[in-house]
Amino acid sequence: MNTHTPGEASMTRTVLVTGVSGHIGARVATSLAADPEIDRVIGVDTAPPPSPAGEDGAVLGRTEFVRVALRGPDLVKVIRDADVDTVVHLSLVSGPGGGRAGGRPAMKEHNVVGTMQLLAACQRSATVRRVVVRSTTAVYGSSPHAPAVFTEDTMPVEVSRHGYARDATEMESYVRGFARRRPDVTTTTLRFASLMGPGVDSPLTRYFSQPVLPTVLGFDPRLQFVHEDDAVEVLCRTARADHAGVFNVAGDGILLLSQCARRTGRPVVPMPSPAFRLVSGIARGARLVDFSPEQLSLMSHGRAVDTTRLAAELGWRPKYSTAAAFDDFLRSLGGPGELPRAVVDWLGHLVTGR
Amino acid sequence: MDDFRDRRTAGAATGGTAGGRAEERLAELFSFLRRRITGDYEVDEFGFDPELNEKVLLEAVRPLYRHWFRAKALGLGNVPADSGVLVVANHSGTLPVDALMLQVAMHDELGRSLRLLGAHLVYQLPVLGHLARKSGHTLACPEDADRLLRKGEAVGVFPEGFKGIGKPFSERYRLQRFGRGGFVASAIRAGVPIVPCAIVGAEEIYPKIGDLPSLARLLGLPYLPITPLFPWFGPLGMLPLPSKWLIEFGEPIRTDQYAPEEADDPMLVFDLSDHIRETMQRQLDALRLRRGPAFPPIAM
Repeated sequence: MNTHTPGEASMTRTVLVTGVSGHIGARVATSLAADPEIDRVIGVDTAPPPSPAGEDGAVLGRTEFVRVALRGPDLVKVIRDADVDTVVHLSLVSGPGGGRAGGRPAMKEHNVVGTMQLLAACQRSATVRRVVVRSTTAVYGSSPHAPAVFTEDTMPVEVSRHGYARDATEMESYVRGFARRRPDVTTTTLRFASLMGPGVDSPLTRYFSQPVLPTVLGFDPRLQFVHEDDAVEVLCRTARADHAGVFNVAGDGILLLSQCARRTGRPVVPMPSPAFRLVSGIARGARLVDFSPEQLSLMSHGRAVDTTRLAAELGWRPKYSTAAAFDDFLRSLGGPGELPRAVVDWLGHLVTGR
Repeated sequence: MDDFRDRRTAGAATGGTAGGRAEERLAELFSFLRRRITGDYEVDEFGFDPELNEKVLLEAVRPLYRHWFRAKALGLGNVPADSGVLVVANHSGTLPVDALMLQVAMHDELGRSLRLLGAHLVYQLPVLGHLARKSGHTLACPEDADRLLRKGEAVGVFPEGFKGIGKPFSERYRLQRFGRGGFVASAIRAGVPIVPCAIVGAEEIYPKIGDLPSLARLLGLPYLPITPLFPWFGPLGMLPLPSKWLIEFGEPIRTDQYAPEEADDPMLVFDLSDHIRETMQRQLDALRLRRGPAFPPIAM
């Protein structure tokens, strides 16, 4: 099946989606499966999708689910047997929790070794023409010594030494290696800002769902979000047509943590950074909030990225700004707390008589 | 910016009359509080919060500018009204009070928000780093400078850095070495004019007559000054002396005759940087003469 004509965007026939049991993976697979130009969508993951699909071979819409370990011969077989031409790699996991046993070593195995195996299979394949990889803006780190806004070409000031960001950085280096060895394959790396939306379950969404928000005293980081709908849209667009390169994906604008907290209407407890570390360590131990070290530095120094390259390449901008994505997430929480607003309004009426 | 001017004239009008207008101002105050408490305001990608800056931060330092230092801004016509510009100023005074005053001058006299490029130290410190971001400033690095200038902002730099602000009182009004001239390269890349700015008055606010280098090293500070009042009078020593200030914007030096690639020509960058330094030294000497004594009643 390696009879493709170069330069044609509509050659996509069979798409492989990894990490299909995750929220974004499932949405991307479902959306691609609904596209009549795509013949087959094969979803793979180490665990079956939560619902409605159940055991191996279950169906996510039109998606065929195959349970595989990312490392191991199964995946090579799937790619070869199904003549996969597009691979959408979404299985980067952000924390050792999330139902996956094995802690940090297993997470690293999954993220880094899993990606290596997948890329090795793609390199051998004669049919794969397009690889889309989900990465994260965490690769830029969070530092007071870095530029305020990262473009795709900015080198991180300090190489991240911690879990998620380090995995993503290593993963990206393997993707670059793959792109060099297979220049005929279109390789797209998408660096997503923190995902936000009603269906997103991440350390950050869990943080904002708490009744009280601890913050680091003296710091008010800049945060940037991308709405899940926009993330799915970008992934589907890059899976359908060639857009080679590395792209930042984030909603327009930023929010300060203090602004987010005020929008939730929840009380904030500023604490000195050692205390903040201690509390988040306890919360992590108690499996309340899974706050890793790189998230702690995000909560101090923040991060913003430039998205002009993506807009220019796709001719498209995210529908939700950072603020709109956050507000949509808040609506799913049952709306922001109205008490502070009500107090100000009441005082206003009282004083001005209006 | 128009919005800002309107409010100023409105404020001047209500200043005398009071009465019915007071209610309006209260209503405005409450709508301000409501926006702040519900997080319903805009902050730019650098963390600049214009509303907070204008209504709280600048408001707090404005009395210092108007009444304590009796500051006066000159050469206002040399700063473009709404396009990108790089303001290059001398740095002095032990604490960066000159940065705050320059910010007030730009905002109140020209209606422009000054976006300063600050030292790494500022952004490492809690509270200070984030206040600096909220009032529009960012880290001195080429990426941020280029980005702000491309957006048409008024960017400010103190190329002398710590060498300027931490110099002893005996070297007052003598420009120190400029850094690597990175600011010139940024201006060339963006094709924006460079406006040299002389600040007279800041040298006398905390006359640095001594230094505690070992203690400074211990605290991780670039210097720890001894002034006539500090540390002898404790917190009182933090009070700046009420010197008379003049801030003068000089004639813009154009960079648009160079191609953006010429920013990578170190010779051009050094020459231009030296030229700016000489211009500023002359400007500074002339302005110091024009001001006369730093503390007029005492000199008389």
